[in-house]
Amino acid sequence: MGMQFGIFTVGDVTTDPTTGKTPTEYERIKATVAIAKKAEEIGLDVFATGEHHNPPFIASNPTATLAYIGAQTERIILSTATTLITTTDPVLIAEDYAKIQHLTDGRVDLMMGRGNTGPVYPWFGKDIRQGINLAIENYALLRRLWSETNVDWQGRFRTPLQGYTSTPRPLDGVAPFVWHGSIRSPEIAEQAAYYGDGFFHNHIFWPASHTEQMVRLYRERFAHYGHGTPEQAIVGLGGQFFMRTNSQDAIEEFRPYFDNAPVYGHGPSLEDFTEATPLTVGSPQQVLERTLSFREYVGDYQRQLFLVDHAGLPLKTVLEQLDLLGELLPSLREGFASVRKPGVPDAPTHASLVQAAGGPKDTAVYGADDATGTSDRDPLEVS
Amino acid sequence: MRRIVVVSAGLSVPSSTRLLADMLAAAVEGAVTARGSEVEISTIELRPLAHALADHLLTGFPSGELAEAIRLVRGADGLVVVTPVFSASYSGLFKTFFDVLEPGTLDGKPVLIAATAGTARHSLVLEHALRPLFAYLHAVVVPTGVFAASEDFGVSAASDTGSGELHKRVERAAAELAALVTSDLPSGRPFTPTRRSVEDELDEPTPFVELLRRATQG
Repeated sequence: MGMQFGIFTVGDVTTDPTTGKTPTEYERIKATVAIAKKAEEIGLDVFATGEHHNPPFIASNPTATLAYIGAQTERIILSTATTLITTTDPVLIAEDYAKIQHLTDGRVDLMMGRGNTGPVYPWFGKDIRQGINLAIENYALLRRLWSETNVDWQGRFRTPLQGYTSTPRPLDGVAPFVWHGSIRSPEIAEQAAYYGDGFFHNHIFWPASHTEQMVRLYRERFAHYGHGTPEQAIVGLGGQFFMRTNSQDAIEEFRPYFDNAPVYGHGPSLEDFTEATPLTVGSPQQVLERTLSFREYVGDYQRQLFLVDHAGLPLKTVLEQLDLLGELLPSLREGFASVRKPGVPDAPTHASLVQAAGGPKDTAVYGADDATGTSDRDPLEVS
Repeated sequence: MRRIVVVSAGLSVPSSTRLLADMLAAAVEGAVTARGSEVEISTIELRPLAHALADHLLTGFPSGELAEAIRLVRGADGLVVVTPVFSASYSGLFKTFFDVLEPGTLDGKPVLIAATAGTARHSLVLEHALRPLFAYLHAVVVPTGVFAASEDFGVSAASDTGSGELHKRVERAAAELAALVTSDLPSGRPFTPTRRSVEDELDEPTPFVELLRRATQG
């Protein structure tokens, strides 16, 4: 699989401005599941959910959501956009996502993000002014929890660990692939580059120049840290569209949602915003051409996620958008593949990571056995 | 080459705020030149940026000409900022422009503050509103601020009152700004800022081992 296509949701509960109807939390949660299943049905590769701990969102507890979707799908990769590495205990992240790996046969990866809602931090005993530091220390610990057993650790932001082994161990001895998402914090691009992880730019609501600057920095630093050439770095982008067969229909139908949307509503005109940011509202052909143009400023990349279900768009409309995206998908895949430079890596999957690691390993730590004298401190490796 | 950027928040045309801004620009140009430096003056009118500023408040990013204006301010060696007095303070438009600058943009930057109003009763707006604002933004505000009431524009330059006094204040403030922007420091600023902007990080990222050290040790 050269490039992955998918959708990401932030789980906002927003009033439909054309009907005045606000979905209940139940309806929105179930709609999210329906959208994820539809994503698999139309042939998308990835479904990612955000994480929010405040109204008007239903995106708390992403692991339950992903596991539930995982049980009802067979092929699609489950991911996050983003996992709050600042306010979520890295010990819980290590456990939860390793568990989902096992449950879904490796169909999971994560995107780390900081979250920008000030009051959420103190609710979890943290301080937003330490956002970057939290992201850096917590992730450094998370990596150790996935790669080591009997971890002794001491840091600034959580209670120390002595002899802690996160369970279950990552499936096949390979941790979920990690992306780091940031709109405008170069420190996070630096972090992704240092570890040789993926870097994702949300690429919606903001001008493409932000994306270009951040991806360029990430690629340069990825090479600086010896992970390969800048072109071999693993890049993901967001994107946002609304399409109808007739472009004028798309503009007319989407305008009230745009004008009243969270984040950018009541601000710039739809026309100004589609020009200033990667938002595309128009015909499938326009969406295709705009999307294919993204690589002109970020280079060949591995993952393209679209936001399709926000701003109060009803489920029926979202599913129609996905049908149109499904029809467009072969052209998108072909369009990117036909111009892709040789040597650009494929999007990482569990299978590719296991292969790169030299095959699956069982890194579980088994309990002490009085009869054989083996200790629970001896990790058994079974290839 | 010293780059001076004049920010004028006048709304009407013609505007007495722009008139004062132009007087200050000419005086600063003369004063910097007199110190042996070349100078380039750019003037930013905020009125045409009003929509873009409101959009920026909502979207978090500058569009088109506003982005260019912010780029000019970031690269300036010194600023001349002029606002009309609205309800005993700077205008909302004026404040919005400085609200949307990324933190650190004005660190150590010499700034000449100026204001206009219909009556001299507003003259202390410079000390009560503008000076604290720019002190908060870590700018270096020159000691002389320039306030002009309508009546200051109505008296001959030679007289001891009205625009005669205004003219003296303009010259004194311009000389103070010129002295700061022609200082020999490599940064071109009276002190070297320590706060790093996003642009600084993009140009020269802090290495990850240093980020990790800061994260874990504070």
